[in-house]
Amino acid sequence: MKKVLLPALLIALLTACGSTRTTDDTAATGDVSTSATGATGISATDLAALNDPNSIVSRRSVYFDFDSFTIRQEFVEQVEAHAALMQANPQVQMRIQGNTDERGSREYNLALGQKRAEAVKRAIVLLGVDAGRIESVSLGEEKPRCSEATESCWGENRRADMLYSGEF
Amino acid sequence: MNMQPTLRFIAVCWLALTATFAQAQLAVEITGSSASQFPVSIPLLENEGQLNEGVTDIVRDDLERSGLFRIVDTGLQTFPVSETPDMLAMRALGADALLSGTVTPLGDGRHNIQIRLFDTIRHTELGALALAMSEGQHRLIGHMIADFIYEKLTGEPGYFATRIAYVATNGSRHELQVSDADGHNPQTALVSSEPIISPAWSPDGRKLAYVSFEQKKPVIYSHDLASGQRTQVSNHFGSNSAPSWAPDGQKLAIVLTRDGPSQIYVVNADGSGLKRLSNSRSIDTEPVWSPDGQSIYFTSDRGGSPQIYRMPASGGQAQRVTFDGTYNVTPRISADGKTLAYVTRHNGRFQVATMDLISGTSIVLTDEAGVESPSFAPNGRMILYASGGSGRSSLSAISADGRVRQTLSSQTAGQIREPAWGPLPRN
Repeated sequence: MKKVLLPALLIALLTACGSTRTTDDTAATGDVSTSATGATGISATDLAALNDPNSIVSRRSVYFDFDSFTIRQEFVEQVEAHAALMQANPQVQMRIQGNTDERGSREYNLALGQKRAEAVKRAIVLLGVDAGRIESVSLGEEKPRCSEATESCWGENRRADMLYSGEF
Repeated sequence: MNMQPTLRFIAVCWLALTATFAQAQLAVEITGSSASQFPVSIPLLENEGQLNEGVTDIVRDDLERSGLFRIVDTGLQTFPVSETPDMLAMRALGADALLSGTVTPLGDGRHNIQIRLFDTIRHTELGALALAMSEGQHRLIGHMIADFIYEKLTGEPGYFATRIAYVATNGSRHELQVSDADGHNPQTALVSSEPIISPAWSPDGRKLAYVSFEQKKPVIYSHDLASGQRTQVSNHFGSNSAPSWAPDGQKLAIVLTRDGPSQIYVVNADGSGLKRLSNSRSIDTEPVWSPDGQSIYFTSDRGGSPQIYRMPASGGQAQRVTFDGTYNVTPRISADGKTLAYVTRHNGRFQVATMDLISGTSIVLTDEAGVESPSFAPNGRMILYASGGSGRSSLSAISADGRVRQTLSSQTAGQIREPAWGPLPRN
């Protein structure tokens, strides 16, 4: 599946309209690097790397153990690579979305997801990236990747995802 | 598994309360009954047959659904409001109270509904009411009469003419809906392809605050139900969530992460005047005001596990309120300020519990899977909540003593969750 970075969302706020419009825009074209993206300030090489499954920076998710907000050793190199990309492209902003599994209060899970996003942000900031360029937010349990009440699914949802300008 | 986020162009649309969607009402089912049920007779009103839609069946359904009343059948008799009924005969049929009433056309398309309520034991009239009913108002009038009877017989205000808000989700379609408390007449306030959580009624019932993820992060909006207009109340750096109205409707307590971990702040209803209230290095969230406006209850894990605390409404020293178990969240306070409802993890599952705030004793009310979001009826007698877990969530209401339970399920596919019970109607 080809993956493309798309321009920043334009949210049209409509009054008294009769329907919701949702367009799922995963473009099929293989032309990754150019005009379709509009992602601000990323070099073409780094943009390509973000979409290249062989490149470490195409891995956007950091997974966490239950009740934990510590980045496991296996994700350190990945986080370092994203920090390096941020430093090489000083105009780019990042949003980190934290997630949780579905057990418990939605608002408390929103706060737990925030801690996961914060943990990744902190790691990147410690590597020399200015904190103002990274917004850590939480999706709590609201955008799960799977919905089974199994240990495997819960593990898949305990994560923080790194998004670049143009993806949010 | 590596996945880039799927990007969507989203148009979020909100509708004024007269929605154009065809949608199924929620179906209500009750189980259980109160320890003692008050037997009451609600016959048809004189001339009620002239109406297009009946009124007294709404009254009977409301009273029965509360679990506090048993409807006594007194046959096909009607009791005109101008006459005093034969109380001995009614008592002999088992009714301790009796409704009499007459419907009279007003000549302009409306009808005058006059009722009287009698105590058949003491042979006294408990009260009388006259209501002008316009076309299409039979449900509202029925609810108002049921509220009147409920209050006369229990001493507490009824909740039948109230509304509830909730989020109906089907796949990636999320709708914030408002319906009558019995599930009828659902109206859509907001449709979105991204989640909506934490709806909160303003004290005057005119607005709903909620959290929307349409901007790919949690943002708080305030939505005027009559006009469909909404304001973005809080979109600070980081996450914005858990809106809760002050009792005077002038301010909202909210949770922000702009300064680090989730902390509690207060803003004016339009989002201006941000002031930080809590000051811990842990998670502080789910603020709710006490009805007297003096305190704020909230969830915090400052003690190592999520528990409920209380602090002065101006901020300051917090005191811990829950001590049993390792997970107590989502505080809600009854209108009389005496009872705390919350979610507790009990035997590995999440349940609704209540605590008497004076004595500190608590009871677990539910025994189901995936319980969340308790919400008090405005008279404190019933608690609405969601249960079933992901994929199966529906709403239930349980009486404060745990004896009577109702389920409200959607007749269409999808889930219902995030319930919020609206305030008593204004007169």
